[in-house]
Amino acid sequence: MQIKESPDTFDAIIVGSGAGGGMATKILSEAGLNIAVVEAGPFFDPKDPKTQTQLKWPYESPRRGASTTRAFGDYDAAYGGWEIEGEPYTRKPGTKFDWFRSRMLGGRTNHWGRISLRFGPLDFKRKDHDGLGENWPISYDDVKPYYDKVDKLIGVFGSKENIPNEPDGFFLPAPKPRLHEMYYIKGARKANIPVIPSRLSILTKRINNERGVCFYCSQCSRSCSVYGDFSSGSCLIFPAQKSGGQITLFNDSMVREVVTDDSGKAKGVIFINKKDRKEYQLNAKVVVLAASACSSARILLNSKSKHHKDGLGNSSGVVGKYLHDSTGANRMAFIPELMNRKTYNEDGVGGMHVYTPWWGNDKKLKFPRGYHIEVWGGLGMPAYGFGFNPNYLNKYIGEEVGGYGDQLRDDVKKFYGSVIGVAGRGESIPMESNYCEIDPDVVDEWGIPVLRFNYKWSEHEINQAEHMQDSFEEIFDGMGAKVLGNRPTAENKFGLEAPGRIIHEVGTTRMGNDPKTSVTNKYNQLHDVKNVFIVDAGPFVSQADKNPTWTILALSWRACDYIVKELKSQNL
Amino acid sequence: MDRRDTIKSLLLGSVAAGLALNGCAPDVSSEESVKPLVNGLYGRTPEEIERDEKLVSEEFFNGHELSTIAVLCDIILPKTSSSNSATEVGVTSFIEFIAKDLPNYKTPIRGGIMWLDSFSNRLYGKEFEKCLNAEQLAICDQIAYPEKTAPELKQGEKFFSTMRNLTMTGYFTSKEGLQDLGYKGNTPNVWDGIPEDVLKAHGMAYEKEWLAKCVDQSKRGDIAVWDDNGNLIS
Repeated sequence: MQIKESPDTFDAIIVGSGAGGGMATKILSEAGLNIAVVEAGPFFDPKDPKTQTQLKWPYESPRRGASTTRAFGDYDAAYGGWEIEGEPYTRKPGTKFDWFRSRMLGGRTNHWGRISLRFGPLDFKRKDHDGLGENWPISYDDVKPYYDKVDKLIGVFGSKENIPNEPDGFFLPAPKPRLHEMYYIKGARKANIPVIPSRLSILTKRINNERGVCFYCSQCSRSCSVYGDFSSGSCLIFPAQKSGGQITLFNDSMVREVVTDDSGKAKGVIFINKKDRKEYQLNAKVVVLAASACSSARILLNSKSKHHKDGLGNSSGVVGKYLHDSTGANRMAFIPELMNRKTYNEDGVGGMHVYTPWWGNDKKLKFPRGYHIEVWGGLGMPAYGFGFNPNYLNKYIGEEVGGYGDQLRDDVKKFYGSVIGVAGRGESIPMESNYCEIDPDVVDEWGIPVLRFNYKWSEHEINQAEHMQDSFEEIFDGMGAKVLGNRPTAENKFGLEAPGRIIHEVGTTRMGNDPKTSVTNKYNQLHDVKNVFIVDAGPFVSQADKNPTWTILALSWRACDYIVKELKSQNL
Repeated sequence: MDRRDTIKSLLLGSVAAGLALNGCAPDVSSEESVKPLVNGLYGRTPEEIERDEKLVSEEFFNGHELSTIAVLCDIILPKTSSSNSATEVGVTSFIEFIAKDLPNYKTPIRGGIMWLDSFSNRLYGKEFEKCLNAEQLAICDQIAYPEKTAPELKQGEKFFSTMRNLTMTGYFTSKEGLQDLGYKGNTPNVWDGIPEDVLKAHGMAYEKEWLAKCVDQSKRGDIAVWDDNGNLIS
């Protein structure tokens, strides 16, 4: 089979169209570069009525929204999931990592939680304080100007709080708390745990004339048809196309490897077109990988050549290592005072209106780093699963469980909106022993060798999860709620979710000043190959307890400014 | 229309939809056939549409199983003066589909129906669906209350719980069920906080300092402008 080589040479090829790839598309195309964007999934525009799920009713789905074909239910906007037919991954025996992939234009930004937190000054230099992991080669001051620009370009609501490690930004105003969130505020304060308005990239106020303002359907996970939330397509790629950028989109195109020339410099990429199952080669001056931390590591490791025997950019042997995800543990409680509540439209924005930032930086605890707490609850829209065990809460109020007949209707109405949930999301310690590598035995349906994961939590994360459980119980206690279910114990790691489940994969191509212990330099540029950059979360040295997206966006912008400058100086 | 006729027409509707696609539709008037369950209009990918269509064309439950399911659905959620019965809002069709969509339901429901018929045969010498309403309820009473089930009837309890779960979820995700529940969302609006009377009823009030951080909805259409310190000035 002959590889079909495109006659055009692009200025830059961007692999992947999520947060990092979308930002690169915008910045590089606006600088006048001729760009190819290569995306493994189909085209997607949230305003296309054919694929739109926003404002659909549960009864429009024959399975009532069940998660049969989409991991987070029929109406979730991510195409892909934990397992993708024809695209497997494997795990080393005795270890666990669950890998979520979204194959579509915009990637996971189409369904994500829009929690948009800046890393704080401490988050870039944690090793200085606890001796664990590694410091970033950059500081908050290096990234701050880009966080500021991202805030203004994309929009994020929040509030000025002057908390040292939770930097404020250019915020849109926050939505008012919902009723269960008022209970959360009450409970958290009683427990001496702070609570502030959440920080989500949803437009509570107009930011430009191109994007609509939030109309409070709470369905950001379905991707907003008026572009009222941040998705990479609607906020970065489409505007870049509209403003006249030279952008060629290659959809359903799965990149296998970066091709290098005789000098070891990158020449382009080879991808498989999923429609005709043929190989194609695109050439460019610069290759920008933004396929997700693990997918980009996979591409590098599969790009072996005379000059790069262990894979591209891997002279250090660090590619794939230091993979880490956020920690996560959850709990639910029943608020008796919310029984038989009056119903009204309580949808609000997609996600919580209030949250708890980490409060223990100055405390002596038996685990390093910290976590934040997210909140859910309220009068949400029923979907498959609603009404299961319809009156199990009766046991908390001394009434009979089970039965049949009209009484069940009353029970469901009695308890509707009376359950609250909290979720801790924390920082883990990046470790060399947690990694992804190429499985020597397995290929996917495109013939590309797949990733094999090796990941185990350490005592740090398990101890942190135990602390989360304590905090949850104190908060529930403070709001007069009854905790549901038994407290998770040491045997089940205090409810700590398996690695990968929080979908914050980072660290596989970490940045650093020393080429022996890092993959990229502080501008996301491979130490080994100067015309290859990585702008997903692979270069993260550590990930704070903050969701990675805002930092991916800021660092991608920063890296692209550097690319433009270096191209002008003919350094690439 | 009495209860049996209602069930019959509903079942004909859903069975007919399946049979029609298999090319052997019974003679039913167009009025009786329900609208297709799947039309691709809920934001599906081409692969998902294909999968849905395949499932709809498949038949799993037979007529006796479907009518037993319908009887159970309406025992679990009967018609009242103010609410529809479960079968009236399409719960039977939903269960027929979900068992094909999530095949882990197939054996528990099929076997559960057989269990129920065996139990009913032993007690009354006839299948469950042929029992008198009072007899059916007497059977349900023995398997509907988890704390009280006799040890030898635990499998029946498990089956009844499965049917109750599916009936409840099918009902409350239907148009009529959502209305019955009092769900008011899924419509564009401008959220401006908890209604005053609700706040009062719960002994709550918004604090001034917190509200100062919140959106002034009268200015939501004004383009955001900040000073250099990040203070919103528009």
